[in-house]
Amino acid sequence: MIFVNAFLFCGFVCLIGQMILDNTKLTPGHVTTLFVVVGAFLDTFSIYDKIILWAGGGALVPITSFGHLLSHGAMDMAMDQGVMALFMGMFNLTASGITSAIIFSFFLSLIFKPKD
Amino acid sequence: MEKTKYKALVEKHTPKENRLYNGMVAFITGGLMGAFGELLRQLYAYFFNIPTSEATMFMIITLIFIGCLFTCFGFFDKWVNFAKCGLIIPITGFAHAMMSAALEYRKEGMVTGIGANMFKLAGSVIIFGVVSAYTFGLIRLLLGGIA
Repeated sequence: MIFVNAFLFCGFVCLIGQMILDNTKLTPGHVTTLFVVVGAFLDTFSIYDKIILWAGGGALVPITSFGHLLSHGAMDMAMDQGVMALFMGMFNLTASGITSAIIFSFFLSLIFKPKD
Repeated sequence: MEKTKYKALVEKHTPKENRLYNGMVAFITGGLMGAFGELLRQLYAYFFNIPTSEATMFMIITLIFIGCLFTCFGFFDKWVNFAKCGLIIPITGFAHAMMSAALEYRKEGMVTGIGANMFKLAGSVIIFGVVSAYTFGLIRLLLGGIA
């Protein structure tokens, strides 16, 4: 059942993105940025955690989960140690994603030549 | 030529896109990506005997690796042209943006090319993510009292 939920939620997010892309003059960069902000906003009142419980991986794959993880890491730390910890915990959970993206792109760009 | 006339002319020759078709393709591709992510997560949790929160990290790293590798082989661009948001909104789009920037600027050298331009497209995601997460976190702390 969770696979169906994952399919529905992730597909729904992509559908909204495609509708924004088709009906306005925003570029894909604008759309992804918008979705990160939406993800961070949804995490503010723990709505996104409930979505993750419902949709599982389907909520973790879209770029909204990036904003959620940024916000979540910062808030976890801030709940323990006060306002200044907002600065410390920001990349706690997203570190693996950003680091792996940097490492893979760096080394693969040394190996491969651009196509076209 | 007058501006309005020019505008009408441009609009006439802009290719019309089938919005319903695009939306359906994005829905199905994005949904398959989501289901695939969930499958990977459960497989990792099952085979390595780790909690699902750690398996999530593994899943995200795997998807980023797939996105980077397929961009290098050159056929990810064609898929993005076909599925559009179905592949841009999932985390593979983030990997694709970083990888294509790195590949494109590689000829300008290691430091001024790859180093300076890798975040050219994906940087806005991180910047706005951090700024919004900080702002919303601050608002939530102010509303809920400092714990």
